[in-house]
Amino acid sequence: MKITEQEVRRVADLANLALREDEVARMAQDLDGILSHIDKLNELDVTNVEPMAQVLFDAEETATLREDRERPSLSNTEAVGNAPITSGGYYKVPRVIER
Amino acid sequence: MSSPLNGLSIESIRAGLLAKKFSAEELARESLAYAEAENPKTNAYLTLSPERALNAARAVDAKIAGGEDPGALAGVPIAVKDVIVTRGLRTTCGSKLLANYVPPYDATAVIRLEQAGGVIIGKTNCDEFAMGSSNENSAFGPVRNPLALDRVPGGSSGGSAAVVAQETALVSLGSDTGGSIRQPASFCGISGVTPTYGRVSRYGLTAFASSLDHIGPFGKTTRDAARLLQVIAGRDEMDATSASAPVPDYIAALDGNIKGLRVGLPREYFDGLASETGDRVTAAVEVLKKLGCEVSDINLPHTPYAVAAYYIIATAEASANLARYDGVRYTTRSAGANTLSDMYRMTREEGFGDECKRRIMLGTYVLSAGYYDAYYLKAQKVRHLIARDFAEAFEQVDAIVAPVSPFPAFKIGEKVKDPISMYLSDIYTITGDLAGIPCMSVPCGLTTEGLPVGLQIITRHFDELTMFRIADAYENASH
Repeated sequence: MKITEQEVRRVADLANLALREDEVARMAQDLDGILSHIDKLNELDVTNVEPMAQVLFDAEETATLREDRERPSLSNTEAVGNAPITSGGYYKVPRVIER
Repeated sequence: MSSPLNGLSIESIRAGLLAKKFSAEELARESLAYAEAENPKTNAYLTLSPERALNAARAVDAKIAGGEDPGALAGVPIAVKDVIVTRGLRTTCGSKLLANYVPPYDATAVIRLEQAGGVIIGKTNCDEFAMGSSNENSAFGPVRNPLALDRVPGGSSGGSAAVVAQETALVSLGSDTGGSIRQPASFCGISGVTPTYGRVSRYGLTAFASSLDHIGPFGKTTRDAARLLQVIAGRDEMDATSASAPVPDYIAALDGNIKGLRVGLPREYFDGLASETGDRVTAAVEVLKKLGCEVSDINLPHTPYAVAAYYIIATAEASANLARYDGVRYTTRSAGANTLSDMYRMTREEGFGDECKRRIMLGTYVLSAGYYDAYYLKAQKVRHLIARDFAEAFEQVDAIVAPVSPFPAFKIGEKVKDPISMYLSDIYTITGDLAGIPCMSVPCGLTTEGLPVGLQIITRHFDELTMFRIADAYENASH
């Protein structure tokens, strides 16, 4: 096995997913299959290859810069309009710090 | 009842409007009525937008009445994939989490097509957050292929492909991260275009894997798809990765003459393709030869590593992008959560479907401490090798042609139990996304069962023009 159920629980914690027990078992099986296929990359020697984080093509150095100027933005009502719970124009969440 | 859009094109709609044969409002009303009547067969639309459509159509009619130019997409009924945000119009991303999400802004592509007189008639079903190859991962049920209702339309832009094939929209917008435009286009027998990365602004495209995501058009013909791309392409300051490369006049270049173009056949894409798909693609290559293309074999040696590299990079980026669905801002919060941590964990557990969870988990794993170098960094290096394969091939040829998918549309339910075989079926489309080059699917005939097969055409960065010239010449020669 490339990944144990214990590791699946750890990764689920990192990902903020409260997986059910039956999901943990199936996830371990699915991830194991995918990671086994991914092992294929070990056939390649990539020692002197630069990582490619973004699509590479010729462009001016400053091509992605834009003028910094004021512009209209969303109103407070619009910005929080899709939140499940708001209060006074703010997002409301369960209490974080106990008194 | 046949579609009011049957036999129409972007060009003929414009001509019909200017000749007062019909009004944009009439066409919009008829298209909406037809879409409403036909949609239960395919489940391709999640939301119809009659009010928005009729307002846009009336504005086109008013311009024509006033003697103004009504725009390049005047009166054209357009559908938009539900991962592309539309102000005031529900945008679900195919997810239960966003079932009631009403965006406060429009995507740049949406703004541009409406400014050009386009009439958005609805939002189309898709795999949840564009993760899937069959449209079976939608929280709102699968889409059925209009050409074979027991089969999938492909994914993730299954709805956007199905509505064009079903003629409940003339053209549509989809998104492509690993083949999500080309594969459904091939399954539904229409044209689908993945432009160069950065050619179309991603502003307002719900992020799945930011370094791989594209917006692109579907049309019954290459011309219609090219006209749609013409309108949405070009630099947008709201997306720093959108490119400032000039956008040439695509339609003006479609003269049918592709004599002398050098076309490469990647051996790695044809080896082991001993099926009807292979036969149809090979027959299409013969047509290109007759049209005067110089066809030769080429090699893209790192192709066998593409699926592995892709599923590391795409899921790593997805795990970060999908972190925002945490119960705070986006409509849905678990009712059972009493602490902040439970709010995150339970909202996400209840909200995401299986495929999203699988990809969030894989992405989180490959980025986690101790695994970053072995997986993510390595995949980025392999991505570079794959991009280099294409760059080297394009020193010898002007275009590459290949299959789109190893097989035609499969039955609904046939592959859902086996995520890896589903991932592996993306092999011919994933490579183009990793390299960021333009690629499209154009129909190249039917199998004996009557299922469409797609021919993939791939060109250099920002050379959509050559891709369209080949596709258009092939369409004209094969019809």
